[in-house]
Amino acid sequence: MIRFDEVGVRYGAGEEVLRDLNFTIGKGSFQFLTGPSGAGKTSLLRLLFASMKPTRGKVELFGQDSAMLDRESLPALRRRIGIVFQDFRLLEHLTLYENVALPLRVRGVEEVRYRRDVIDLLKWVGLSARIHARPSVLSGGEQQRAAVARALIDQPELLLADEPTGNLDPTLARRLLRLFIELNRSGTSVVIATHDLALMDQVNARRMVLNHGRLAIHD
Amino acid sequence: MIEPKKKVGPFVVDENTGEFEKPAVVEKTAPKPDVAKPAAAEQFKKPSRIASLAKRRGWSGKAVKPSTAAEGGEDDRPQQSIVPHASVASTALTLVVAIMTFLASLTLGAVTLVNDSARGWTSDVSREVTVQIAPAEGRDLAADILSAQTIAGAMVGIVSVKVMDDAQVSELLAPWLGAGLDPALGGVADALPIPAMIMLGIDLSNPPDLDTLRVRLETEIPTATLDDHRAWVGRLATMAGSMIAIGIVIFLLVVAATVLIVVFATRGAMAGNAHVIEVLHFVGAEPPYIAGQFQKHFLLLGLRGAVVGGVAAIISFIVMGYWTGTSVADPAAEQVRALFGTFSVGPAGYLGVAILIFAVALLTAFTSRYTVMRHVGGLDGTVRSRD
Repeated sequence: MIRFDEVGVRYGAGEEVLRDLNFTIGKGSFQFLTGPSGAGKTSLLRLLFASMKPTRGKVELFGQDSAMLDRESLPALRRRIGIVFQDFRLLEHLTLYENVALPLRVRGVEEVRYRRDVIDLLKWVGLSARIHARPSVLSGGEQQRAAVARALIDQPELLLADEPTGNLDPTLARRLLRLFIELNRSGTSVVIATHDLALMDQVNARRMVLNHGRLAIHD
Repeated sequence: MIEPKKKVGPFVVDENTGEFEKPAVVEKTAPKPDVAKPAAAEQFKKPSRIASLAKRRGWSGKAVKPSTAAEGGEDDRPQQSIVPHASVASTALTLVVAIMTFLASLTLGAVTLVNDSARGWTSDVSREVTVQIAPAEGRDLAADILSAQTIAGAMVGIVSVKVMDDAQVSELLAPWLGAGLDPALGGVADALPIPAMIMLGIDLSNPPDLDTLRVRLETEIPTATLDDHRAWVGRLATMAGSMIAIGIVIFLLVVAATVLIVVFATRGAMAGNAHVIEVLHFVGAEPPYIAGQFQKHFLLLGLRGAVVGGVAAIISFIVMGYWTGTSVADPAAEQVRALFGTFSVGPAGYLGVAILIFAVALLTAFTSRYTVMRHVGGLDGTVRSRD
């Protein structure tokens, strides 16, 4: 599904921040992406999300070379990828329902066609009582679950999570991990970028470790 | 009574706290079979994935169909605009647009008024010439006046011949010689050698040959002089042209300032919406869709501000027109009336204000669109690192 082939990334004239990346992400796979701060995790996630192109090598996303993609085809590609941020990035002026429905709304899907899906998904993540609440009145855990629901509403094939438990306490972090596992069981590939070793220790999953721009994979 | 825990989805969720119950086993995930993703339209005809998941797992989910608000008890609330409406930045932008449109409209109206007034002065002065007959020893002034009337009346292009009476002459000379000249009022006009004044009205569409008239008058009446105000007309025309040119320059400066301020104010208001643009970008919205949402919002914002500013300027002209029209004895109003006339802006002025309003609104909209497209372009090529 995703393939990196001798990929390198350099900013300006400096040293490469990512070098010689070779790996694949298969359908239905689950992996952690970890490494010290400054190792390049966010850069790697941006390559996966096609918001950055490699300075060398080849990144294949769903069979397409990301360097050959034109700007018009990027939105369609991104709809196959769900992304969850550490800072949630919910829109404060919209309700949870509207936030979760946003990916469908921007595509022009009629509300009557997705209303039930959005409500069911909010129930699935345990936010059925907060459908019309705004993010500002929610706890960190609730906001993160809402962000996960928004990332999933378009049924992405790949879910990227950038430090999803960074703003959560350990209990909520474990619960969120259960959610990701369940997602993976239903067929979504999951990549979680995290520093949290305790989180990773809870799951026997592939670990992609970045260090000084190089990637080591531990299956 | 404590509510029993409700089974929702694959987790058991406590409805009171929203907490999940920890599953018993955490196991390594296994690769799943490659299932083709249904086409975009199809996935909304079939039951949702979550409902399918629920059916497979045997909990009491039902197959879904597009629902109405009547089903399930959900509210049918209208959705909020994707672009936040009310904000300090939006209000400030509306005010800025209103103020600059007001100033630009005032300047435009002032330029049209001065232009109209200046043309009026020039045509007023050009519409008359004066024959002055000085009293002289041994000449009959009354006969000379009659002779001048006959000569002038016979000229083609002279539409009226009017001899100023003593009262009118006294009024004309009063600023220099005082108010006590009128003989009818016991004045001393008879004691002064005041020339007789004859006002000749000119047909501007077929003006007379003033040189010929001058020669005839001076031949028949040696003490007569013809004053065609040429020097004054020339000076007035130069002054009027200068005023109009200055007015146009000021208007262009105000327009340039309006453009700059509206552009920067719009970009400032957009800066507060950068996070909205980024979220829309990350959920897969097309750049033209994002730009269109903001363009529509800022077009309405700009139009609202511009209409307020333009209408305020028009009301100002109406109020000034009323003041100058009713304050006849007010010296200040008289001076304003001398410069701007009756503050009647005219169709050209109103059309100019309307064009200004739409131009400012469109400027606001296009600035927001341009800013969005640049921001999205930056996101697509962004290489910032958060590590």
